[in-house]
Amino acid sequence: MGRRLLGAHAVLVYAFLYAPIVVVVALAFNGGRQVLYWEGFSTRWFGEALRDDTITEPLRTSVIIGLGNAVIACLLGTMLALALARMRAWVRVPIDALAYMTLVTPEIVFGISALIFFVQAGLWVGVESPLGIWTILIAHVVFNASVVALIVRARFVGMGQALEEAAYDLGSGPLSTFRQVTLPRLAPAILAGGLLAFTFSFDDFITSFFVSGAGTTTLPLRIFSSLRFGISPAINATAAMILGLTLLAIVVAYVVLRRSDDGRQGTVIVHQV
Amino acid sequence: MAVAAPEVAESRGPSSRARGGSGGPRYPGWLALPAVFWYLLFFLGPLGIMASYSFGEISGFSDVKFAWNLENYRYLFDGPLYTDVFKKTLVMATFGTLATLVIGFPFAYYLARHAKHKTLLLLLVIVPFWTSFLIRTYSFLIILDPEFPVSRALRPLGFPEKFELLYTQKAIYIGVVYNYLPLMVLPLYAALERMDWSLVDAAQDLGDSGLRAFRRITLPLVIPGVLAGSLLVFIPLTGEFLIPEILGGGKTLFAGNLIAQQFLEARDWPFGSAIAMVVVGSLTVALLIYARAVGRQEQYG
Repeated sequence: MGRRLLGAHAVLVYAFLYAPIVVVVALAFNGGRQVLYWEGFSTRWFGEALRDDTITEPLRTSVIIGLGNAVIACLLGTMLALALARMRAWVRVPIDALAYMTLVTPEIVFGISALIFFVQAGLWVGVESPLGIWTILIAHVVFNASVVALIVRARFVGMGQALEEAAYDLGSGPLSTFRQVTLPRLAPAILAGGLLAFTFSFDDFITSFFVSGAGTTTLPLRIFSSLRFGISPAINATAAMILGLTLLAIVVAYVVLRRSDDGRQGTVIVHQV
Repeated sequence: MAVAAPEVAESRGPSSRARGGSGGPRYPGWLALPAVFWYLLFFLGPLGIMASYSFGEISGFSDVKFAWNLENYRYLFDGPLYTDVFKKTLVMATFGTLATLVIGFPFAYYLARHAKHKTLLLLLVIVPFWTSFLIRTYSFLIILDPEFPVSRALRPLGFPEKFELLYTQKAIYIGVVYNYLPLMVLPLYAALERMDWSLVDAAQDLGDSGLRAFRRITLPLVIPGVLAGSLLVFIPLTGEFLIPEILGGGKTLFAGNLIAQQFLEARDWPFGSAIAMVVVGSLTVALLIYARAVGRQEQYG
């Protein structure tokens, strides 16, 4: 195949990949009430969306879950990555397998098994309706801890141990070596992992769908339930804000990783996740 | 939301092997405990409970009695009602895998061999993939509507005024290809990027046709990438639930929809668990076949 033809194909693929995003964002600025008929540029629907309690309340819930998830996932994931880096194979391999399983299991399977677990656990401890913000948070941490571990570990192994060895030789203890040498070097990877964990939680639909219970609504759940009544410009505006926020988080994560390691780490994350 | 390529674990570089000696700090194994605890309690435990549910039965309105029988599985494979759903799921997942391969391969090939600014272009593939699956899917409700402004603008050029795409199988397939394309492109690119193109040039200089050089040199080297990409697309597709729900109008049932239905509407959790177990079981088989195929590749490749 000619190079030109391949290039044209690539352009089409990019157009395909970005069309849905462009369409939603563009129509969010439609001044009219009807989604499909353009009536001039306006930002009114952003205002309407932000004044609508049934949108801002789920937004708050999603942000709280996303932040809590990011913090816990960073803690668990970083500790896991450090421990795994020099573990004996017979311990490491099963833990590794477990972490990968959390990422490749179809989400619906995880979603329903988490639902069963929480309801069953509720019966055991005598909580009538355990589902809510906590169960969503716990479930999100499962796969996001693996995401953080993946990124931090790539960085940890990739950066080598020369500086740590030097610190040791100069008499620094394990704790102070970690605090003064290792942690600052890992910080970009941890931050990037946290940003991605936030994004994945903030965007998550399927897991939240099953473990949210009746009283709790995250932003994606809110959007999904409104689709039954047709798409409204306010929903497009909400979607545009979500896209803006997640795009920002992703770009920051990428830049942080890239700057920390002359771009090598940036490509690593691209290859790995 | 499967996000990881399967071949990630081992990082390269001499430093990773430099253990022992004076060495840097060796982090204690117990640091892994919180995460392992979390995985066991909130991931493996629930999967185990789900497995035992699949052998249970429903009693009363929605209480579950553990019965340890195979009734749910027998019911599932009894008659065409549910086996058809599995067949349709298999067809859909196979179609998605092949279609993303056909579209993704030339794209990845171009990125790896001809493009400048490779990292940026690759990032541009991943960015939409990391934004909301839900939003990108519902956007097709707008795009595939006959009244979509672009379609209306094209009418004078002969674009049909009315067409039925929304809430059909075709709409689902479009959504599938769209959402899973990046998962295919990434491993393909990773494989193609490692290619030594001078080998291809040499073969052509020595008289191979372009096609022959491609078949003899490029293809064998990218097969692992093709396998990895196929797996990354196929696995989540077997449980796909959201795309048919939105673009199919909830009319078309795949395994994922059937599972959701049992849990949210029919409230037959044991039966829903049995369906999920069948999905997980087939995936395990697919993974084992993959592992063997990759093993063979490494042996002879």
